[in-house]
This record gives sequence, C-alpha cells and structure tokens, in this order.
Amino acid sequence: MATDVSAYEEMIKGLWRDNPVFVQVLGMCPMLAVTNSAINAVVMGLATFFVLVTSSFLVSSFKQWIPKQVRISLYVIIIATFVTVVDYSLLAMLPAIHKELGAFIPLIVANCMILGRQEAFASKHGVKYAVMDAVGMSAGFMIALFSLGAVREILGVGALFGVDLFSANFEPWVIMILPPGGFLTLGLLLLFFNWFTERRRQFLIKVADVDKIAVGVKDNG
Amino acid sequence: MNTANITSSTHPSAQNQEPGSSRLVISMAVAGFISGVIIIAIYMLTFDTIKENKARELREAVFRVLPDVSHMQKLHFVDNKMVVVKSDGMDDEMIFAGYDKDAKFIGYAIQGKAPGFQDTVHILYGYLSSNSNITGMAVLESRETPGLGDKIFKDMDFVSEFINLPMHKDIKAVKKGTKTQENEIDAITGATISSKIVVKIINQAFKKWSPRLPQQGSEPALELSEVKVVKES
Repeated sequence: MATDVSAYEEMIKGLWRDNPVFVQVLGMCPMLAVTNSAINAVVMGLATFFVLVTSSFLVSSFKQWIPKQVRISLYVIIIATFVTVVDYSLLAMLPAIHKELGAFIPLIVANCMILGRQEAFASKHGVKYAVMDAVGMSAGFMIALFSLGAVREILGVGALFGVDLFSANFEPWVIMILPPGGFLTLGLLLLFFNWFTERRRQFLIKVADVDKIAVGVKDNG
Repeated sequence: MNTANITSSTHPSAQNQEPGSSRLVISMAVAGFISGVIIIAIYMLTFDTIKENKARELREAVFRVLPDVSHMQKLHFVDNKMVVVKSDGMDDEMIFAGYDKDAKFIGYAIQGKAPGFQDTVHILYGYLSSNSNITGMAVLESRETPGLGDKIFKDMDFVSEFINLPMHKDIKAVKKGTKTQENEIDAITGATISSKIVVKIINQAFKKWSPRLPQQGSEPALELSEVKVVKES
C-alpha cells in the first residue's frame, strides 16, 4: 500500500509528471478525434473524468472480491456501465454536443488510459489513493485535451469556445481542424513538453544537490 | 450480497489458492446483473427527455423551413394517397404539412437523406406546391467534416440560397461565384462534395414526392388534436 506517499502527491502526478497524454501517450483516439474545438475537448474531458473517477472508486472498493482471472472483463463491465450513463445523460442534457462527439462517447470504454489506471493503480491501492489518482489523471487528460482543442480551434477557426478572436481578415488554417492538424499539434505539444521537462531537469541539476533530485524524480515515475 | 459469503473464505492468506470456476462465474454474473440494472435505469430515466428533444428539434426545423407556419401535422403516403397520421413515429414515407394560424394550408416540409462525405446526411426542406418554390432547408443530421462539410448548415450564405428557390427543373451545385441560372446553387469552397449531396438529396426527394402530393386545393385539412379530444369525450 502506498501509505508512504501522500494522497496529494498521487493526485498531482497526473497533471504533469505522469501526464497521461504528454508522458504516457495514452488515450490517443479521443485525443486526436474530438479536439477540433475547445468545447468538444472540455466535454470529452469531463466525460472521461466522470468515468475514470467512478470506475477507480468501484474497482478499488471491490478489489478483494474481484478474482484476478476475470478482472479485465469486470473492469470493462464497470467502465462500460458508467460510459452508458454518461452517453444517455449527455444525449438528454446536451444533445448538440452529443451530436458533435458522436461515436467517441461510447469509445471511452476502449480508452486505454482508463483501463490502464484500473490495472496499474486502482486494483492495488486503497479507495482514497485510487480516487485521488483518478482525479489527477483525468485532470491531466483534460488539460491535454483542452490545450490541443484550444490551439486547433484558435488556428483553424480563429475562435475559442465559438467566440471569434480575430478580425474578418484572419484566414483560418483549415488543416488544423482536420485530422492532420491534430497530429501536427500533438507532435508540437509533445516536443514542447519534452523540451520543457529536459530544461527543468538540467536546471535542477545545475542548481543544487543534483543527483538525489534526479534520482528522486526517476523513482516515482 | 452472495459473493460476500463466498469470498469471505478467500482471506489474504488463502489468496494464492485458485478460486473455483463457480466463483468466477458468479462474480461475472453479479457484475453483469448490477450493470444491467444501472443501464436500464438510466435509459428509462432519460428516455422521455431524449424523445422530447428529438421531437422538438424536428418541430423547430419544420417551422424554420416553412415561413409563417403555426400548426403542422404528419402526412403518410399509403395506398397512393396522403393520409394524416397522429402517431409519434417518423419514417421515410412521411412528410409534414404546415398550416397558418387560421388552419389554412401553406406548404409541405419534406425530408430526404443520402450518404454524405462521412455518414448519412438527413435534410428537411420546405416546399410550396402553389409556385413550386423551396422555402428553406435545414440539416437534421450529418457528420460532415467539422469546419468544412458542416458549413452546409453553418454557412448562412449557403443555407439562404435555398430560400425561395424555384424548383422547375433539377437544381445543380456549381463552383462558388459561377452561378448564372436560377436553378444553380453556389457550392461551398472546400466542401463541394457536401454541397452536392444537399442538392442531390433535394432533387431525389423532389422527384419522389412531386407525383405523390395531392392536387392543389385538395390538401388534407388540419386535424387539430384539440378537436379530436372533444370528439373522443
């Protein structure tokens, strides 16, 4: 049990150090498919947040009763149930957004980030840590989705959340909202993320007591 | 819970023991059952709202494509004539008739669909049989490329080309800015395929429905639901 690590640490790691998108490169399907506008990205992030947190809660609560031979099927049943709940709720409450997200809501079932967290974390830790980890991971996922969606919408449409940002002279880069734009933006964001992490590491090495910090960072990852 | 009794024997010390197959089956069955109950519950909870949303969307689309309409009813094509239907369902053999506030007939709202660039495009258009004019077009469902193909309902210049469009012969989508004939439509730059699909759907639906529509002047009268209620009581 990870009693030595604070719950806060479990939450915060998903935002940056173990960010599911920028570091683990998981959940690429919704990442590339629904981020053509910021609002789609945020709703997809919220849907994933709900599914991941509730699934992690259930999996860690019932972990003693989940036989390991059938655990994957049980995780999928749990995840699929919550995805169905999200699907119908969105259809009832936000039909316009549901239409835009289309097939990608049901596909949350197959988001490897969610199943990955159950297998790698929730099934091995207490409820509190599992929920904290899920909150952090899905928040990190949401941040990644939002940054991709915002960049693509600003460049591809010249707007953010549907509000026009530039004058009428702005010529939208249509490619940014098409699939190639998703790959381009994701590649550039990953580049930036890795560059920044490397810079930070170099900085820490330079500043002070060096190897210990570098090793400490490695250990938790 | 059933599983609790069974699993109480699997104490941490006994965890290396292989669980019996009955235990595996039972845990899957219990999970499946609970999941089923939750899914059915959420389905029943949201069913009415979802149905209402869809009906409202369709009704709003009819009011959008047919100007000055305040009542509408569904017409079903059966046995070579149009009959008024009151049921909730909607299928390909049904159209809408729109009436003004004095229950005078105005025009039809006709739907059509065809495969689009990505998925089926479903369109509703208003039609006046008195002068063969299309009065408006609304996209009910489509999954065209965001930012390009979805301009068939987001680009107001394109949508407004279908307002008061004479339908004496087939309409045609031409490159933007080259429209010369009145049956030509300026396609959307970068979304030529989606523009052509809209035009194709309207042409197809027009061919299908023109011979079926009743003679001018003999359109089915508006059957108000209030009237029906009075008769029943």
